[in-house]
Amino acid sequence: MTDKNDIVLQLRDVEVHFPVKAGVFKRTVAHVKAVDGVDVDIYRGEVLGLAGESGCGKTTLGKAILRLVEPTKGEVSYISPEKDMTELTSLSKKEMDPFRKKLQIVFQDPHSSLNPAFTIFGSLEEPLKKYGVKSRNERRKIIGDLLEAVNMRREYMDRYPHEFSGGQRQRIGIARALCIGPEIIVCDEAVSALDVSIQAQVLQLLMKLRKERNLTYLFITHDLSVTEYLCDRIAVMYLGRIVELCRSEDLYQNTLHPYSEALISAIPVADLDKKTKRIVLEGDVPSPVNPPSGCPFHPRCPKAQDICKSKVPPLKKYTTNGNEHYASCHLIDLPEVN
Amino acid sequence: MENNKNIALSVKDLKTYFYTNNRCNKAVNGVSFDIEKGKTLCVVGESGCGKSVTASTIMQLLPTLSRIEEGEITFYKDDEKINIEKLERNGQKMREIRGSDIAMIFQDPMTALNPVFTVGFQIAENLKYHTNMNKKEIREKTISLLDDMGIPLPEQRVDEYPHSYSGGMRQRAMIAMAMACNPKILIADEPTTALDVTIQAQIFELMDNLKKNYNTAIMLITHDMGVVAELADNVAVMYMGNIVESGTADDVLRRPTHPYTKALLDSVPVLGRGRNQDIQPIKGSTPDPYDRPVGCQFAPRCSFADKTCEVMPEITNISSSHDVRCHKYKEIFQY
Repeated sequence: MTDKNDIVLQLRDVEVHFPVKAGVFKRTVAHVKAVDGVDVDIYRGEVLGLAGESGCGKTTLGKAILRLVEPTKGEVSYISPEKDMTELTSLSKKEMDPFRKKLQIVFQDPHSSLNPAFTIFGSLEEPLKKYGVKSRNERRKIIGDLLEAVNMRREYMDRYPHEFSGGQRQRIGIARALCIGPEIIVCDEAVSALDVSIQAQVLQLLMKLRKERNLTYLFITHDLSVTEYLCDRIAVMYLGRIVELCRSEDLYQNTLHPYSEALISAIPVADLDKKTKRIVLEGDVPSPVNPPSGCPFHPRCPKAQDICKSKVPPLKKYTTNGNEHYASCHLIDLPEVN
Repeated sequence: MENNKNIALSVKDLKTYFYTNNRCNKAVNGVSFDIEKGKTLCVVGESGCGKSVTASTIMQLLPTLSRIEEGEITFYKDDEKINIEKLERNGQKMREIRGSDIAMIFQDPMTALNPVFTVGFQIAENLKYHTNMNKKEIREKTISLLDDMGIPLPEQRVDEYPHSYSGGMRQRAMIAMAMACNPKILIADEPTTALDVTIQAQIFELMDNLKKNYNTAIMLITHDMGVVAELADNVAVMYMGNIVESGTADDVLRRPTHPYTKALLDSVPVLGRGRNQDIQPIKGSTPDPYDRPVGCQFAPRCSFADKTCEVMPEITNISSSHDVRCHKYKEIFQY
C-alpha cells in the first residue's frame, strides 16, 4: 500500500529541549530533553504509530512536526507529491501558512479542545475563512458535508460543544482537522479519553476516512493494542529517543528491544488463552533533565550489561521477516544491514 | 453459594438513588454479588454504569443527596455479621470498619492524597485510629509498609510530601495506606487507569501478593477487559445500574452470554491478534440516566432485541456460577 520511495515527511535529528529556569534572574540551569535526536521517515498513506510511556516525548514530537512547539535543532521536511522538498522549521510564520493546510492535529481531550463559546459551525469555519472560502453558504455546505463524513447530522453544526458526548466531540475534532483537506493528520491520543465502545467507533471512522481521503496518520498513543490494530509501522519511544521502529506485526512477533518486550508483556490482554508472564520493570521513567549515561533504559533493563552503562546504542537497521527493523540496543544478536 | 465461611462481603438487591433538581437518578438499581476471601471480583462497565457508586455505597462514602433505597450489605467479620446499610454514615461503628476492615484505593492518587501533609503522616493516621501502637511502632510500621510497596529509601520518603512522589509511587503510597491495618476487603476503584502500563504491571504484582499473603478479598473496578482477564477470579459486568452478567472469569470471558458482554469483548483490539481482527463498535451511546429505556436497559443498542425486551429480564442461572440478565441468552449461548 505504501511506496518506500514516497516519503511525505522526513525528520532528521529533531531535538526539542525546554530550558529549566531558576533563581532571581531566571537563568537557565538545565534542559528538559523532551525529544532528543529523532530520525524517521513517514511514507505517504501509511499509519505510523508512536508509542511510549508518559513523559517519553511522543506528544512533544507530534507538536514539533506542526511547529506548535519549536524544535531546538534538526530538520522537518515536507515532500509534496511532485517531490518538492521544503524544510519547515526554518520557514517564517507567513511562509508556513500553506503547509499548515497540509498538516493537521486531533487533540486528546475533546472536552478542552473545542471552544465552549462557539457553535460547532463557528469553530469549524475558522480554518475555512483563513484559507479563502469566502461565502458563508459555501462554508455551511462544506461543514455539513464534513459532519456527515464523520457520521453526524448536518443540523448539529448550530449546536454548542456542551450538547455533545465525548465520542461525538472527538468526531467533531476529527472533522475540524479534515476541514481544509490535509494530507497528514497527527492524532495525539485521539481515542484515549473515550469509553471502549466509543473508542471502536472512532477507530473505525479514522480507518474509513483514511481510505476515502488517502490520509497519512501519525498516531500517538500509549495503548499498544490500538497501535497494533491500526498502524502499518510502530515507533517505540523512550526518554526522547526512538528505541525500536518496525512494521507492527514484527514488533509483536520479533521484538528486538528489551523495553518494547517489557511494554508488550505489561499490557493486560483480554484473552484467557494468551496469558504470558509479565516482565515487571523496576522503578519509574528517569527524569529527562538528567537522563542516565549510556543507554537511557539501562537502569530498568533486566538484561543490562556493562557496555550499556557507558555507551549510547545507535539506532541500527536489521531485517526480520524480510522487513526493515530498526532498534537501538547493544545486545541484539542479528547481523546489521545497510 | 451460601457457604458463608468463604464470603467476606455479600450485597443483596442493592439500590442507591440520587436526588437532584426533583429528579431521581437510579444509579445502582438492584445489584447483588458476593466477594470471596482471597479472590478478586472485577466489576466491569463503561463510565456512568454505577460501578463506582456501588463501591462508595459499600464504604458509606456517598454524598448527602443520595440514599440507599433498598437492599442489604452484609459484612462477615470473623463470626460476626454486620449489616453495613443499617449503620450510621459517620457513626462510630462505620468509622471502625472503614479503613481497618474495608479499605479503598481511589482512581486518582493526585486528588486522594492531601498535599499539605507528609505521606508518612497520612499512612500513620490509619494506624493511630485503628490500632494501639505507640508513636515509635507506628513510624516503624509506616516505613515497613512503604518498603513493602517497593518505594526506594522509605526512611527518607516517609517525611516527604505527595508532590515529590511520581504517579506510580503515589498510587503505591495509597495502597500502603489501604493495607496499613490488614483489611479483610480491599476495594480498588480504577487503581491503574491514570498510570502507564509498566507501572500498572507493578501495581498488579502488589495486589496479587496481597491476595496470596493476607487472603484479602479484592473488589476491583475497571473498564478494561484486559485487566479482567489478567486479575479476576470472578467477574460482574454492569450496565446502567444493573449487573447484566456475572460468573467466574472463565465463564464470562470464554462464554459471554449477555449481548453487552459480547459487544464489549468485540469492541477492543486484542494485542497479538494483528491487523485483521474484526472490531465491532457498540452502536449508539449509553442512555441518559434520567430518560431510561423501558425494560431491558441495553435493548436500544442490542442487535438481538425484540418485543420481549420491553420487560426487564430476570436473572437466569445458566450454570452454578454463571448468571445472566437477558431474555435472549439462548440465542447467544455458546456452550
